[in-house]
Amino acid sequence: MEESKGILIEGMRKRYGEGDTAVDALKAVNMHVTPGEVVGLIGPSGSGKSTLLKCLGAVIEPTAGRMTLGNKVIYDNGWQIKDLRALRRDNIGFVFQAPYLIPFLDVTDNVALLPMLAGHSNAESRKRAVALLEALDVAHRAKAMPSQLSGGEQQRVAIARALVNQPPVILADEPTAPLDSERALSVIRILNQMAQQYQTAVIVVTHDEKIIPTFKRIYHIRDGGTHEEAGEGQALG
Amino acid sequence: MISLAARDVLHTWGKFVFTGVGLGLLIGVTLTMAGVYRGMVDDAKVLLNNSGADMWVVQKNTLGPYAEPSSVHDDIYRSILAVPGVDRAANVTYLTMQVRQGEHDVRAMVVGIIPNSPGEPSHLLAGRQITRSHYEAVVDIATGFKLGQTIRIRRHNYTVVGLTRRMVSSGGDPMVFIPLRDAQEAQFLKDNDAIINERNRTAANPAFSHPEVLDAVINSQSSNPFVNAVLVQIKPGFSAEKVAEPIQRWQRLQVYTRDQMEEILVAKLIATSSKQIAMFLVILAIVSAAIVAFIIYTLTMGKIREIAVLKLIGTRNRTIAGMIMQQAIGLGVIGFVVGKVSATLWAPMFPKYVLLEPGDALRGFIAIVIICILASLLAIRAALKVDPAEAIGG
Ligand SMILES: Nc1ncnc2c1ncn2[C@@H]1O[C@H](COP(=O)(O)OP(=O)(O)OP(=O)(O)O)[C@@H](O)[C@H]1O
Ligand SMILES: [Mg+2]
Repeated sequence: MEESKGILIEGMRKRYGEGDTAVDALKAVNMHVTPGEVVGLIGPSGSGKSTLLKCLGAVIEPTAGRMTLGNKVIYDNGWQIKDLRALRRDNIGFVFQAPYLIPFLDVTDNVALLPMLAGHSNAESRKRAVALLEALDVAHRAKAMPSQLSGGEQQRVAIARALVNQPPVILADEPTAPLDSERALSVIRILNQMAQQYQTAVIVVTHDEKIIPTFKRIYHIRDGGTHEEAGEGQALG
Repeated sequence: MISLAARDVLHTWGKFVFTGVGLGLLIGVTLTMAGVYRGMVDDAKVLLNNSGADMWVVQKNTLGPYAEPSSVHDDIYRSILAVPGVDRAANVTYLTMQVRQGEHDVRAMVVGIIPNSPGEPSHLLAGRQITRSHYEAVVDIATGFKLGQTIRIRRHNYTVVGLTRRMVSSGGDPMVFIPLRDAQEAQFLKDNDAIINERNRTAANPAFSHPEVLDAVINSQSSNPFVNAVLVQIKPGFSAEKVAEPIQRWQRLQVYTRDQMEEILVAKLIATSSKQIAMFLVILAIVSAAIVAFIIYTLTMGKIREIAVLKLIGTRNRTIAGMIMQQAIGLGVIGFVVGKVSATLWAPMFPKYVLLEPGDALRGFIAIVIICILASLLAIRAALKVDPAEAIGG
């Protein structure tokens, strides 16, 4: 298998609407996240952070540019891949502000659902899920329903779900917003560990002052364009 | 793959079961309505079977004796007996009236029969057939009367000597069999004052001044030489149509075969009732569909966010549509089971016969499943429109 390029975005534009009401949300985005790296994406409200994640997540179509995820060029002035659902399922892990676990599945099956959707057997899928839950230190809650977990535990389950298909890419949108500083830092620590372990490229969109100092690299997004900066890269204890 | 539908149902089972039970009671009502109709048809067939007749001879141009009043002279059975192919023939009268026993009275169909002839109940639950020509009665158990009790029909008392089961009129009223003579009299009976008045009026008529004429006229006035029908049994090897033909032609009477009579009872007598019931079934089907559609739609709308997440993480539309449809069908199955059980439990409590046919239950089940599938389409449409981008948010 060809080596993963992580996330590579070149000259990406996104325009919402047409004519007078058109909004150029993204004008010239260039980003590169290597496998195993966690980068921050910050910017003022309305600067296009969510738009960028949606384009990368293949749920809205960019207007122009080129995107590479892992070892696949997925967009080159048009989708290069037909089945975007399968693309998302196999290549992208999502972590949101709220964990959005499926309330009627227990913790294990919330995680195991993804490999099941990808066609793995129930037993194999659950085995993978439990292994990840152990790594994330929530295995003792494996049989609980999501509503019985604390906010931090839920977020860790959500991270397990994002990782379980071993996607080359994880997209996280404000994953620490509802958490206190200790839990927020622990989520970032876990993302870093997992990124290293599975060679995943991770983008974390955030406003969260608590975690911004932990990134080694940060992309600022302003006026629809991205500017790279070195972060403080604080040690995570 | 795990069943998302089943997991969701288990998670919200309270809501689900409540809705299912509500729907089930509605389905129970629907099945019972169908049972009421089947009961009516069955009552009609039982009425025909129990009469023991192959043919009914009634007044010309009437649909008697069950669907329209019919009156024929009580001596024509003799000429009918002479028709080739006729085995047995007997007069019969039918009159629906209140029958009194002690303090309470029951609406019943009083049948006047000749012992040992067509029209007599074919088998008894208890007791014996009528043997005397006066003041004995065989009653259907549904009247609530007991062996040995005295019942009152018009001005005479009758002793209950036998009990039958499921001997009912086409209207579902239980039958009371009494000797034909008594029944003819009951049909015609005037109160004593009326008889005396009538006699005085006749005596005062100069046309009847001859004493013998007067006696004959008064006699004819106080007796009733009419019956409602003649029940005919045909000899083996003869066809009903063949035997009917000469009676119809020469005696100026109407003859119905068993098939024709069934057609009259089922198609004409209970036609309006069956339309009424069909109307009910249509409304109940629409209401059930609306309930399923509403509840499935509400349940689905409550899961929009989860559906967006499921789509984002790569769940196929087919899987999501399947989840919703399975839940709708699940609701229908719970409803059907509850409906079938409740209909079975309450059917015997109905005053008239309710016949729950397995075929109707099967048809009902299929209809419910189809209704549930259709009702889920609305929710499925809404779910498929959900944008996975919603899961990411602003
Ligand atoms: N569906 C849409 N149609 C039209 N314009 C849109 C749409 N979605 C976003 N926009 C516009 O695109 C721009 C970028 O929006 P986006 O949601 O990406 O911002 P954001 O950086 O995520 O902001 P926030 O930090 O507030 O979440 C905004 O001006 C917004 O109004
Ligand atoms: Mg946003």
